[in-house]
Amino acid sequence: MSTTSTMQWFAVRKDLRPRPRFIISVMSFVLPILLWSLFSYVPWLWHPKVEISDPGAVSYFKQGMLVDKDLFYQELTKLEDSAMALPQGKPANPIYLPAPHEVAVAFYTAFTTEPKRRSEKWLHESLWDSIQVIFWGFFLSSLIGVPLGIMAGTYDFFSRLFEPFIEFFRYLPAPAFGALAVAILGIHHAPKIAIIFIGTFFQQVLVVSNTARKLDPSLLEAAQTLGAKNKSLLFKVVVPGILPDLYRDMRILLGWAWTYLIVAELIGTSSGITWFITQQARYKNFDNVFAAIMMIGIIGITTDLILAWLGRRFFPWQQQSARA
Amino acid sequence: MTQLLELPSYLEQDDAVRDRFTRLKQRPVTLEVKGLCKDFETPASETVTALKDINFKTHKREFVCVIGPSGCGKSTLIRILAGLEIPTSGQVLLDGKEVKGPGQDRGMVFQGYTLFPWLTVKRNVMFGLQQAGHSNEVAEEDARQWIDLVGLTQFVDSYPHQLSGGMKQRVAIARALANQPRVLLMDEPFGALDAQTRSKMQSYLMEIWQNIDITILFITHDLDEAIYLADRILVLKAHPGEVQELIEVPVPQPRSPEQLLSPEFLATKKRLEDLIHPPEEGDVIDSDKMNMVRMVPVNHEVESVF
Ligand SMILES: Nc1ncnc2c1ncn2[C@@H]1O[C@H](COP(=O)(O)OP(=O)(O)OP(=O)(O)O)[C@@H](O)[C@H]1O
Ligand SMILES: [Mg+2]
Repeated sequence: MSTTSTMQWFAVRKDLRPRPRFIISVMSFVLPILLWSLFSYVPWLWHPKVEISDPGAVSYFKQGMLVDKDLFYQELTKLEDSAMALPQGKPANPIYLPAPHEVAVAFYTAFTTEPKRRSEKWLHESLWDSIQVIFWGFFLSSLIGVPLGIMAGTYDFFSRLFEPFIEFFRYLPAPAFGALAVAILGIHHAPKIAIIFIGTFFQQVLVVSNTARKLDPSLLEAAQTLGAKNKSLLFKVVVPGILPDLYRDMRILLGWAWTYLIVAELIGTSSGITWFITQQARYKNFDNVFAAIMMIGIIGITTDLILAWLGRRFFPWQQQSARA
Repeated sequence: MTQLLELPSYLEQDDAVRDRFTRLKQRPVTLEVKGLCKDFETPASETVTALKDINFKTHKREFVCVIGPSGCGKSTLIRILAGLEIPTSGQVLLDGKEVKGPGQDRGMVFQGYTLFPWLTVKRNVMFGLQQAGHSNEVAEEDARQWIDLVGLTQFVDSYPHQLSGGMKQRVAIARALANQPRVLLMDEPFGALDAQTRSKMQSYLMEIWQNIDITILFITHDLDEAIYLADRILVLKAHPGEVQELIEVPVPQPRSPEQLLSPEFLATKKRLEDLIHPPEEGDVIDSDKMNMVRMVPVNHEVESVF
């Protein structure tokens, strides 16, 4: 029985039964957190540092100080022969690896801690800045990129006209345009939006044109025999025909847009979540850094789940199997 | 096959059938194909002649089947008639006017259904009507009637993926007919259906044809289907695709499944078999034979399947 059920778990392209399916999906989050907890809470796993609780007779040790394990034991053996007070300490991880509970707390305190200076922003304000930059960058890119992509995928003329240049341009790394964007657009949101735009747009045109090309040509032929001409072929067949795939492309591209965010926010005056992260790293508040990084992940996956759910409402004709 | 009774010639027609063909040929010509040739360029820039000098006529409300070996250009022919492919030379005339590009006067039903997956059954059938400029109300009204006619009233609001193959093909037929074309072109429309659904679909199609002013050109590779449905059968041969014979089916109309074993039917079938799979010379057959060797040990528990 157990062998057959394990076999079922690894059947090629077969859905698992709902229960194991759910459990395994949960495990996909639980396992990394478990690993992190092990390294944080089990003293003999890794823990390359010692946190001093009592400096003893070592002159340069201070309470709460993190020293290398080797150094600690060197000093300890030196003092063991004499009658002086021994230093005390417990194994610890480097400061850049906070424990899960510390990060969990930071999730809350990061929002409630007042900025150090009057001119600085609260975390939620920084996050809101980031979301705006992403939104405008992606929105403007899609506004132009999607129609261009559909045109290029439908008409050979536009494909030849746009694609060779775009194919070239997409190899130019978007951050390389940072200085240029600042020179042209100033130091506020505009150059950051431009970087997201450049990072997304060129990929978008190519991805969308490919999707448009994948439309079953026999649907176009059928439409033609039913009297559809140029414009209605485009708007009544191509566009609705590729809509579900287009929607899925947009979800993937939105994920890519987030990866440009960090670079985008570093140019000009650093802002948004990136500013928060660099600032906290400077203060060595690595729990806040971790919390902020995870917030990006959480915002990303939540948006994607909502979009996926909406997609299922939007496209009821998509078969169960075709839904990702 | 041992022939118990001597078959009549497929050319022998009884009086009623002969009389019907005489009247049929006096009807106006719907579709006329003149000197049609089609060459394809292969990627290796060789030319493949798919069709060579095809000539034939169909008359009003006639049912013509096209058969021929695989690759003889049946699909190419029907796609040219639909306007989806441009002939290398020659002409297609519909009611005396030359066909240029696809149009609503010729409906087409494809083997792969080609329903629009994002539209419900009703909207699929409405598609052509809307393209023709009918208002939504008129189109919907018409579409409902056509859906009724193919017996899918219950499924007006279903999406294609919720239908079986036979149902999908009925929607495709309704969709093509809704535009009231002069000619209905069908490329192996029932090829993907199981035998039972297929014979049901054949009866549906016969019924539709009898009650609507339409000329049907129907491609199939099933000889029984061709004889059962057609007034005349256009037999093509391959490499290059040419008309081999235009056979007048001597089986009386209206057709019924009992006729499948009638002498006229069998005689026609024999003729088609001879045309499509000509009795070959020994050496030709050899090259087409499998080289099967025994792969079961002699002491196998089932030593022989017989
Ligand atoms: N687009 C094309 N480019 C090149 N050659 C083609 C093209 N379409 C068809 N052909 C060739 O033309 C010939 C006829 O093809 P066609 O599809 O019309 O045959 P068919 O009679 O419909 O065959 P089947 O019974 O298998 O459907 C074939 O030899 C095929 O290779
Ligand atoms: Mg074919």
